[in-house]
Amino acid sequence: MKFNHTTLDNGLRIIAESSDTSRSVAFGFFVRTGARDESPAEFGLSHFLEHMMFKGTASRTAHDVNREFDEMGARYNAFTSHENTVYYGNVLPEFLPRVVDLLSDMLRPSLRQEDFDMEKKVILEEMAMYEDIPQHDLADKALKTHFGDHGLGQPVIGTRESIATVTSEQMHDYFDRRYAAGNVVAVATGAVDFDQLVDLVSARAGQWVARSADRELTPAQASLATDTFVKNSLARQHLVLISPAPSAQADERFAASILANAVGDSTGSRYFWALVEPALADVAAYGYEPLDAAGMFMSYFCCDPSQAPRVLEVARAELSKVVRDGITAEELTRSANKTASAVTLGSEVPMGRFVSLGTNWLYRQEYRSLVADLEAIRSVSLEQVNALARDLSIDRTTTVALGPLEKVV
Amino acid sequence: MFFFLRGDQLDSTKLYTQKLDNGFVLLAEHMPAVASAAFSFLLPTGARLDPADGQGSSAVLLDWLFRGAGSRDARQLDGFLDGLGLHRDSSVSTEYTSLGGALLGDNLLAALDAHADILRRPMLPAEQFDLSRQLLLQQLASQEDEPRTKLLVELRRRHFPEPLGRNPLGNPDHLAQLSGSAVTDFYRESYLPAGTILAVAGNFDWPKLRDHVSSLFADWTGQPAPPPPLGRAGAKLDHINQDTAQTQIGIAYDSVPLSHRNYYPARLAVAVLSGGMSGRLFTEVREKRGLCYHVSASHHVLKDRGSVLCYAGTSTDRAQETLEVTLAELKRLAEGITEAELDRAKIGLKASLIMQGESTSSRSGSAAVDFYHLHRVRSLDEIAAAVDGVSVSDVLEHLREFPPSDFTILTLGNKKLEVKNNLEI
Repeated sequence: MKFNHTTLDNGLRIIAESSDTSRSVAFGFFVRTGARDESPAEFGLSHFLEHMMFKGTASRTAHDVNREFDEMGARYNAFTSHENTVYYGNVLPEFLPRVVDLLSDMLRPSLRQEDFDMEKKVILEEMAMYEDIPQHDLADKALKTHFGDHGLGQPVIGTRESIATVTSEQMHDYFDRRYAAGNVVAVATGAVDFDQLVDLVSARAGQWVARSADRELTPAQASLATDTFVKNSLARQHLVLISPAPSAQADERFAASILANAVGDSTGSRYFWALVEPALADVAAYGYEPLDAAGMFMSYFCCDPSQAPRVLEVARAELSKVVRDGITAEELTRSANKTASAVTLGSEVPMGRFVSLGTNWLYRQEYRSLVADLEAIRSVSLEQVNALARDLSIDRTTTVALGPLEKVV
Repeated sequence: MFFFLRGDQLDSTKLYTQKLDNGFVLLAEHMPAVASAAFSFLLPTGARLDPADGQGSSAVLLDWLFRGAGSRDARQLDGFLDGLGLHRDSSVSTEYTSLGGALLGDNLLAALDAHADILRRPMLPAEQFDLSRQLLLQQLASQEDEPRTKLLVELRRRHFPEPLGRNPLGNPDHLAQLSGSAVTDFYRESYLPAGTILAVAGNFDWPKLRDHVSSLFADWTGQPAPPPPLGRAGAKLDHINQDTAQTQIGIAYDSVPLSHRNYYPARLAVAVLSGGMSGRLFTEVREKRGLCYHVSASHHVLKDRGSVLCYAGTSTDRAQETLEVTLAELKRLAEGITEAELDRAKIGLKASLIMQGESTSSRSGSAAVDFYHLHRVRSLDEIAAAVDGVSVSDVLEHLREFPPSDFTILTLGNKKLEVKNNLEI
C-alpha cells in the first residue's frame, strides 16, 4: 500500500492509496456538502442535485452517462448524507482514464429544466419508498426529535413540500456555492498509479472554479425528548434511542466503536443477550455515527407492540449498567477483535478503502493506513471505553417510537 | 480417505477440490494476497425439505443450533466465535442451508472446529427451543412491515410449485405447533455429510486445512432422503391489499437453471433488461417516465429450474402505467437486442466477476453454490470465455425457446391493478 496526495492550483485535492494486489480501482469525488448545509428553502436539494448529476452535461445526455458506465462494466453510484455527497465508479484498471473523464464531466452538469422536472417525480417515489420502510421512516423522525431544527435533524431527502416547491434556479445557486474545487476531494484506491491519476484529474477538473465553501458548524443540542408516532398499518413496534457520541474528529472515536460493538452488535453483545436471545425483540442494534463536530449513538429495536415497554426498560437498564459498572475486560477483547476483523475484511476490496480514505481526508485531512487503524483499535483501554460511557451518560437518550402503540413510555 | 479431483490455476489463486468417502466435499481457493479467510458450509437441506406440516423447521433449527454445541453452552460458543473475530453469516433458502463467515486466516481452523460441533454435536437444549421458535415468529411478523420483502416472498409462493415457493422462514401456524422433539428428529434426518459442501477462500495452508477438515468430518455418516415430489403452483394473477405508500409490483417468468446450455444467454438477456442504469427497465420506466425509484429484474436459480423475478415500487396512481410499461419491455425483449446492448451486458458480468474475486466471502459463497448446481466449480477464466462466446443470435434463440411470457403477477398495495388482454400474458 502506498499513499500519495496533492492539491491542484484551483484547490481540488487528490488522494490515492495504491495496492499492487488489487484487480480493480475505485475512483470518485467526495464533496463536503449535505443536508446540514441547506437552508430551509433548500431542504433535500443536496440529494436532488446528486440525482441530477446523472442527467447529463454539455456533451453527454443522461443515457450517455449510464451507457458509458455500463460500457466499462462499472459498479457505480452516488450517495448523499447530512454531511457528504459521494460519486464513485469501481472499474477494472484499464478504465481509469475513462471513469475519471466521465465523473469529472458529470460534476459539471447541465441541470436542464426538463430533466429537473422528470427527476422530481423519481425523488417523490424514493420518498414514498422510504415511508414504507419503518426503520428508515423512524430514523428520519428520530433525528428530527433529537436534533430539532439543526441541520442534522432535517431528512436528507427533504420533505414533500420542499421538493415540490424547489426550483432549478435554487439548484444552480446551491451548486455554485457548494461544488467549487476547494470543497471537493478526488479519491482513488486499488490498482492506481498516482502520477497518471493526477494527470487525468488535472486535465478534466483543473479548470473548476477555484473557491472554497464553508460549513457553519452550529453546535448540535440533543433534545433527549420522547416522541411517539402512531401508524396502525404496522405489525411491529419500531423504537429508536439516540444519545450524543464523540465526533469524527475526536480521538475517542475508536473507543466509541468498541463500546457500540459491545453494547449492540448482532452477536454476543449486551443487547443480544438481553433482548434477542430471550426473544423479546427480533432486532436490537446499537451503532456509533461519527459526524462533523457532532456524533451519536443510535439504538434500533423491532418487537411485538405488547413487548415494547419491556424492551425499552431492558435496553435502558443495560445502558445504565454500562454507565455504572462499565464493560468487562473480556467484552473489550471480543469487541476489539470483531472491530479489527471487520476493518480488515472491509479493506480487502478497493471500495472498502475508498470510503475510509475519503472520510478521513474530509474530516481530518489525515491519511490512516489499515495498520494504523488496527493499532488504534487494539490500544483502546478498558478505562477509555468505560469513561466514555460514563462521561456521555449513554443511558440518557432521545426516545422515538413508530408503530401501532399510542404510548410506549 | 481423500482422493484428488482437480486443481485449477485461476489467475493468482489456486483451487483445490477434495471429496470424503461419506460424500462431504471440501473446496478451497487459495488467495495469497489477502489476510482473511472465508468459509461457507452448504447443507442440501432447506425450506423445501421441511415437513409438510412443519414449515419453518429448517429456520428454527438454524437458530437453535447456535444455542450450544460440543462442550460449549450458548454463551461459551458465542464468546468463542466472537473471540475469533468471526463475521457470521447463516441462512436458510429454498434448497439449502448455509453457515459460515469470514475472519482472519490465522483463526480459520479454530472456527471450523466450532462449526464441526455446531453441525454434528449441537446441544439443542429443550428449554431454549421455545426462544428459537418465538424469534422466528417475530421475524415472520417483521416481514409484514417490509412490503418489498413480503411481495417477493409471496410472488415466489405463487410462481413455484409447492414446496419450491415456500417462505424460508416458515409458516406461522406450523411454527406455533412445532415441538422441539420434531425438530430434533428433523436435524437427525437432514444434517448429514452426503452432499454437504465446505468452501473456503482466502489465506490458508492447504495440507493443514485438508488434514484438519478430514479429522473433523471423515467419520460423519449418513445420507439424507430424496426430496418429496412437487405439487402445484399458486395463482398467476393476484393482489394483496395493504395500506402502503407505494404499490409493489412483482412479475415472474420461467428461464433456465445454472446447468442448462442456455444459462449464459439467459443471464445476458436479463442483463440487457436490468444489468446497469442503461438497462431497458431503468431507462424506460425510471429515466424516460419517472415512474419509480426502484425497478429491476434478476435471474434466480434453483437446481432444476431458473426464473426471472422483476420488481417495481411506485405510487398507487402511477402503478397501472408502471405495470404496463414493464410488461411491454419484457415482451419487447424477444423482438431483438443490439450488439451494443449485449456488449455492455457482457462487460458488466465479467467485471463483476473479477471484482467479486477480490473478496474472500464472495469467492467461498459462489464456489459452494457452483458445486451444488454443477458438481464442480467454474473458474473465472471459464466463465469469462463462456460469456464472450455468446452472440446476439444465441440470446435471441434463447428468448425464442424461453420467451418472457406466462407471467405470474402479484401486486401489493391500496388498489388492485388491471392486466389487459392485449398484453397476452
